[in-house]
Amino acid sequence: MDTVELTYRQALSLAVAEEMRRDPSVLVMGEDIGASGGPLKTTEGLFEEFGPARVRDTPISENAFVGAALGLALCGYRPIVEIMFADFLGVCYDQIVNAIAKHRFMSGGRMDVPLVIRVIGGGGLRFGAQHSQTGETWLLPIPGLKIVAASTPEQAYGMLKSAIRDPDPVVFIEHKALLGTKGQVHVGPDNLLPLKGTNLVAEGDRATVVASLAMVPKALEAAEILAGEGIEIDVFDLRALRPMQTGDIVESVKRTAHLLTVEEISLVGGWGAEVVAQTVAEAFDYLDAPPMRLGLPEHPLPYSPPLEDAAIPDAERIAAAVRDLLA
Amino acid sequence: MAQAGRTRRTKADGKALVALYREMARIREFEEQVQKSYLEGLVHGTTHLCQGQEAVSVGVAAALEPNDRLTYTYRGHGVCIARGMSMAEALGEIFGRVDGVSRGLGGSMHLTDAGRGLIGSFGIVGAGLPCAVGAGLAAQLDGKGRVSVTFFGDGAANIGAVHESMNLAAIWKLPVIFVLENNLYGEFSRINHTTTVEDLADRAAAYAMPGVVVDGNDVLAVKAVAEEAVARARAGMGPTLIEAKTYRHRGHSRTDPAKYRDEKEVKAWLARDPLVLFARQLVKEKHATKADLDGIVEEARAEAARAAETAAASPWPEPRDFTPETFAAP
Repeated sequence: MDTVELTYRQALSLAVAEEMRRDPSVLVMGEDIGASGGPLKTTEGLFEEFGPARVRDTPISENAFVGAALGLALCGYRPIVEIMFADFLGVCYDQIVNAIAKHRFMSGGRMDVPLVIRVIGGGGLRFGAQHSQTGETWLLPIPGLKIVAASTPEQAYGMLKSAIRDPDPVVFIEHKALLGTKGQVHVGPDNLLPLKGTNLVAEGDRATVVASLAMVPKALEAAEILAGEGIEIDVFDLRALRPMQTGDIVESVKRTAHLLTVEEISLVGGWGAEVVAQTVAEAFDYLDAPPMRLGLPEHPLPYSPPLEDAAIPDAERIAAAVRDLLA
Repeated sequence: MAQAGRTRRTKADGKALVALYREMARIREFEEQVQKSYLEGLVHGTTHLCQGQEAVSVGVAAALEPNDRLTYTYRGHGVCIARGMSMAEALGEIFGRVDGVSRGLGGSMHLTDAGRGLIGSFGIVGAGLPCAVGAGLAAQLDGKGRVSVTFFGDGAANIGAVHESMNLAAIWKLPVIFVLENNLYGEFSRINHTTTVEDLADRAAAYAMPGVVVDGNDVLAVKAVAEEAVARARAGMGPTLIEAKTYRHRGHSRTDPAKYRDEKEVKAWLARDPLVLFARQLVKEKHATKADLDGIVEEARAEAARAAETAAASPWPEPRDFTPETFAAP
């Protein structure tokens, strides 16, 4: 197995290219993902290598091409469809939650639905309220979907490969602000990361912080700030939102007695609430303080840079929340 | 299409025509049985019957091969029977029993059987078209001459997914046949209140594909236009929109007495009952006697009654962990 330095964006393209070479039933569809390499260059090189039959530019018709992915999946293909901005999940919500998520179940388990919905989301780039959401809360309550959120190039590569090989529908959430980040990636034909579980990315015994997507590097930054003050914390990257496995988080909280979740979305109905609920159910007697959650305020994300920056949790606010939690 | 009825036919043709009548009668009697079973408390929730529209399911199915694929709607029992789903499997599902085609997890609105090409039955208006477009793309990529067919109603004609799907099928020249069953009512609303065009087939022009209007109560006319559309699709010439003008004899769903319909309109359409029209033609052309056809209806009624007995005798499913039905790889 080789280790190479890749950007998050390169890791995504490489994962798809490798799986397309391996399996001729894999194909990609989306808006401007072909000849142009993708509006955010997350499908670069695919069109040149695999051609227009397998790397298909679509009209702006999320309902049609996401729904078409279901038809392809039922007929022996493994489509990857790309939603250019997670916000547009709203446009094809019916196809995802009523058709794709339920199809296998309603058939009595007789039909497999192997498809990947790649979704690029996230704020911090001044895109305003309709182009900055991560979208996971909209899909979290739907049985039948697997939902993963990649925060590093390594995860982008390994989890996307797993998602493509998986026999179930997987929503693969990517973050715009992470596309250019670099990291070491263990590349190899079968270097797969499981579509469930968490990664422990910092260790300490004073508090347990759980983050996902772009909140992970911010939580790590907060961990460094706090370490300078003598406060060591566990940081978990919740890289799989569904199925959600909180066993390692629960064990951590049993040691640290303090829990903070950090998500880039409003708190009501978010995954943070679920992590807290599951942890409290399992580790109530171990907690020294009520769990805390950080997230977006109860208004749409503003455009103006100082306002957007104030809305999205950053390392200082995460560190401050941990101090409050321990106070 | 009109000539189809006048062409000289051989004895073998006559047999095939009577077989079409039998399929229509089986659908009619199946739906009548569902209604009867509903009154006996065996059918739960709601159900959407297709009496009056049998010629569309049967005429289109007659133009297809076993490996073609279909998506359809909550009013889809007729398509399933026409593609060979057994009445007992279908009724078992509608009764919510363990021997139903989906073990009771789907219900009346979601009868499917991929082995018969019945890949998707959609409860959301217009939602089955994108799936059929995907199946059409699969067929095109496979290069084996398959087609996909999607049935939908006039009520779906104004929802976005329908237009997005037609456009996608048209730009990629996919082998998809869009079968719009225009029964004049989208749920309780008459079409002239929801749509400005007289013929919904006109909408095909927006996607540069053929749009054909056909008498949906004439099974041979439906079969003829379906065969033409299927031939185009198999030849790589792309999709076709077929608008079959028809009428549902019953209300939208089991709680709807359809009081919003004009009595004269109902009477006129009942006089054009597709089974009555086709029976008249078969007798006139001496392919069958009235007694033969009555016998076929009796057989279909008995088949449906037996299937209902079988289905009603099937146990209820046990509540258990349904993870294996929800995920292939939990």
